[in-house]
Parts: sequence; structure tokens; C-alpha cells
Amino acid sequence: MDRGQTYRVETRTKASTIAAVAGVIMLAVALALPAFAGRGVIQDLFFILTMLTLAQFWNLLAGYGGLVSVGQQAFVGLGGYAMFGAAILWGWDPVAALILSGVAALLVAVPTAFFAFRLAGAYFAIGTWVVAEVVRLSVAQWKAVGGGTGTSLPREASSDMWGQAGIEALFGVKSAAARDILAYWLALVLCVATIGGIYWLLRTKRGLALAAVRDNAEAARSVGVDAGAMKWVVFLVAAFGTGIAGGLIYLQKGRISPDAAFAVTDWTAYVIFIVVIGGIGTIEGPIIGVLVFFVLQNLLADYGSWYLMVLGLIGIAIMLFAPRGLWGLFSDRTGIQVFPIRRRLAGGKLDATKREG
Amino acid sequence: MNWIDTIAQGVLLGGLYALFAAGLSLVFGIMRLVNLAHGDLIVMGAYLILLVVSVTGINPFLAAAVAMPVMFGLGWALQRVVLNRVLGADILPPLLVTFGLSIVVQNVLLEGFTADSQRIGAGPLETASVDLGVVTLGVMPLLTFGSAVAVIMALNWVFYRTPLGRAFRATSDDPVTASLMGIKPQGIFAVATGLAMVVVTIAALYLGMRANFDPTIGPARLIYAFEAVIIGGLGSLWGTLAGGVIIGVAQTVGAAINPEWQILAGHVAFLVVLLLRPRGLFPRAFD
Repeated sequence: MDRGQTYRVETRTKASTIAAVAGVIMLAVALALPAFAGRGVIQDLFFILTMLTLAQFWNLLAGYGGLVSVGQQAFVGLGGYAMFGAAILWGWDPVAALILSGVAALLVAVPTAFFAFRLAGAYFAIGTWVVAEVVRLSVAQWKAVGGGTGTSLPREASSDMWGQAGIEALFGVKSAAARDILAYWLALVLCVATIGGIYWLLRTKRGLALAAVRDNAEAARSVGVDAGAMKWVVFLVAAFGTGIAGGLIYLQKGRISPDAAFAVTDWTAYVIFIVVIGGIGTIEGPIIGVLVFFVLQNLLADYGSWYLMVLGLIGIAIMLFAPRGLWGLFSDRTGIQVFPIRRRLAGGKLDATKREG
Repeated sequence: MNWIDTIAQGVLLGGLYALFAAGLSLVFGIMRLVNLAHGDLIVMGAYLILLVVSVTGINPFLAAAVAMPVMFGLGWALQRVVLNRVLGADILPPLLVTFGLSIVVQNVLLEGFTADSQRIGAGPLETASVDLGVVTLGVMPLLTFGSAVAVIMALNWVFYRTPLGRAFRATSDDPVTASLMGIKPQGIFAVATGLAMVVVTIAALYLGMRANFDPTIGPARLIYAFEAVIIGGLGSLWGTLAGGVIIGVAQTVGAAINPEWQILAGHVAFLVVLLLRPRGLFPRAFD
């Protein structure tokens, strides 16, 4: 039997190979960008990268896990406050405290999941929202980090982070700009790790189980998939990542308050619209969505509430007429997948027939 | 501190929360739809009543009667044009559409009525009270609670004593079989949402007369309504009233201990019930 006769399962497509090469080049450019881009560009990119990270985690929850959470702001806020708490109370370096952001979110996610998983389907959404409100109101009682009015990062923490002096020397910039560059690099790493991690997860056996539960929970259970365990895994992973993203967002902002850090609009509504507009249940969707969102925000930012109105209407229209989002429309027409997870059988007689035909 | 007074105020406040919740419960019971814009629709109702009052100068109760058919029509159209398209086995589309609607309604109100706090003036009724010896109760809270009881009795009557209610229950149990019997589920859903919006108008009237409101307070009302429904148990309207009372009492007791704990205490009460009785106190529906 020659090599052509063996069968193999593969996911890679031509588009994904090209995209992988393009991705590596883009990543190299993005890493070097602070050398020649202005501070405004770096801040915009930081915003895009952190929103994309939040969107990827929400997409993992809702698009793959079927868990529509309206309470992710709890983990963004907790992440921010954990970082501030460690920096203010224990004098931790804010960069090192980012790991605490994730851990704090994870610790609260366990009881949250315990409560929210008792609520079936749609009620889960509001259940997570209630928990987020409880966390917000409780944190507002925490006087050491400013109570209801919030607080700023102490000067020694915000101007002497790990690597900040090096960046100042390297690019010849002031400490505030150096903090932006540091935050941007961290956001880049976090975002790439998030996308890479989720892509890896979806390609593993667990990812296959997740897709099975999403498509048909009963059928998945009948072939031995533990749907409950998968929900826990997804919820905790999303909370951990969202917490780190929250810590990073507030590391860059340098100021935190309960109303901003636990804002349902900023950290959940925007994120939901990004995922829905781009295409729920795909890794590509949030990437498209965040770009559309950024463009819309820049076009309409001066119109205040009109902006949110338009965003809401677009979200409704997409859900009604193209539930798989912009990427879904594109992918359906072209068959292109940048992050393919569908397993296809290749090799053996399949290749032989392809060659003949 | 007078505990009897605190608890009595809490019970009456629970009437308001039950009014918030009744519409949500109705829609969920019939079509398994959780409307995330419910709170914002209540606030919209309050602005509509305010608009009628300030244009015509009539009594707020009459203004609410004027607003009711308008709100019924809006609910009917919303269900016909938008929500009927997204109902189905997948819970994602209705959730995301109503979430989008919530954001749209909030910002339309913000654009139309600014962020300033408003109030529907009710004249001497606002301060009137009844002295019962042990406690003194405001007439407005008493009216609110009485209206909540009346609304729940009326809804129960519609549900169990009228042909419309029979159609509601049949569609809720099995839309396919109901449609074989000559009921159009889509039309029934539209009437149900319209009816829910009439209840929303009553809730809006008391929301607007009792305290200041602005376009951003909708989501918090949704959360109270939701907590009342879950505490009471899905499908039981009297349970919803009990749920509202539990939230109300928890809030006034929490506020009596520390004013900053008012809202938190209500949420904690909800979580405790969820922990002890995950299906609520008076569960009826199995879903």
C-alpha cells in the first residue's frame, strides 16, 4: 500500500495556511509598531485588542458553550479591582498583579456558576447580571480602594512598572506613554494567547465535545459527553481570561470606579454587539466585529446616544436577517475559513479520486 | 427603629415589584421568551404617561388609560414584526434581539427626553397617608399594592375563565396541537405581548408617581422583576406577588440597617432563595 492509500483527518485549508503566514507577519509588525506609531494609534490598538479579547471569551461562552452571560462586567471589574487592591494595599507591581486579576475572577466565578447554572436557559442571562450587580455593590463598600467614588493608581505603581523604564529609554518617551506601550504589548500577548488558546481548545477532543453540546445537547450526552462539566470549563476559562483583560484595561486607564468597572454597557453590551455583528460561534467573527465596532464608534462617537441606538439596531437586524453575522455571510458565500475547526477526511482513495476527477 | 413599620413598607413596595414582574411572567409563561427590554419598556410607559399628562393636563390615572391602548398596539406590533421571527428552540436570538431593543429604547428615551429625572405629579395623593394605629401607611403604596393584587386577579381570570386564556394555555402547552385546533400561535403571542404591555403601563404609572425616573433605570427594574418571578416560581402569578414582597421587605429591612445596603439586601435575598429552593417557592411550570 503506498502512502496515498492512508487516510488522515485534517482541518487545515488553503485559506488557513495563507492566513497563518499573514498572521505571523502582522504580529511581527504589531510588536514593532511602537517604534514608529504615535501614542493615539497605540491607544486605539490597545482598545481594539482588549475588546477583541473580551469578545473572544464571550463568544466562547455564548457561541460555543450556549451560556448567554450578561454579567461578564463582574469579571472585568473584579480584575481591575484585584490589580488595584494588590498595588495599593500590598505594593505589588501592577503587571505582576494581573495574575491576581485572573485568580480573583476565577474565585468569584465558582460561586457564580453554582448559582447561575441553577437557572435554565434564558434566565441564566439575568442570573449572571444579578451576580454582577451584587459584586458591584459589594466592591462599592470597599473603602480601601475608594468605595463608591473609586481611586487612582498610586504614582509609584503607575510610573515604575516592570519594563516601563526600559521602554522609556528605548523609545525616548515619557512615563505615561511608556505605560501605554507596555499595556499595548501586554494586550497583544493576551489577545494572541486568547485566540490561540481558544483555537487550540476547539481543536482538541474537548472542543469537539463542546461543539457537540452546542449543536445537540441530548445527542452529545448519548455518546458520552458530559455537558455539565463542559459548561463549567468554559465558564471558568472565560472568567479567568476576562479578569486578566479587566486588570489590563485598568492598568492602562490608571483610574477605577465601581460604576465604570462594572458597567454593563461598556463590558457586556459592546462585547455582545461585536460578537453578534461579526458572527457568533466563529473565531473570525469577533475579529471582524471589533473592526466594524471601532469604525462605527469613530464615525458616530460625536452623536452620543445615537451611536448606541444605531449599534442596537444593527445588532437586532443582524440577528433577524443574518444570524451568523458578517463573517457568516462571507464564509457561506466563499467557503473560506481562517480558523478551520471542521474535521475532514483526506488521503487514501479520496485523494486518488480527486486526482482522477 | 419600628420594625413593623419597616416590614409593612416592604410588603407594599413588593406590590410595585410584582407589577414590574407580572408582564414578564405572562410573556414567559406563554412563549418562553425572556424579554431583556422589559424594564426599559416600563420606563418608556412612564414617559408616555408623562407626555399625555403634560400635553393634556389630565389626571395621571386617566393618562394611563389613554396610554394603555397605545402600549398594547406597540407590544402587538413588536411581537408581530420582530419577536415572532426569533422564537424557537435556540434561546440566543430572542435574548440578543431583546438586549439590542433594551439599548435602543434607553437611547431613544435619552435622545427624546434628556437624562434629567422626571416625575409624574399626582397632587395631594403623593403625601396622603392612612393612620392604622400601629403603622401609618401612604395611600400611594397602598394603591400600588391593591393594583398589583387586582392585576394578578384579572390575569388569573383571563387565564382560567375566558376563551382567550384557554388559547393562551393551549399555545403554551403545545403550539403545534393548538394550531391544529384553529389557534394561530403567532397571533396569540402578539395578543399576549400586547396584554403584557397593558400591565407594563400600570407598573409605569406607579413607577412614575412614586419616585423620580430617568431613561437609565430600566435594567434595574428588569432585575427586580426577574427576581420576583424566580422567587415565586415560574408560572405562578401569586408566587410572583410573594416574590415581590420578599424583595421589597429585604430591601426596606436592609435600608433600615444601612441605607447603602438597600439594593444589595434584595439581591442577597434572591440568591438565598435560589440556593435553598432553586425552583422558587411556588413552582408550577416545569421548564
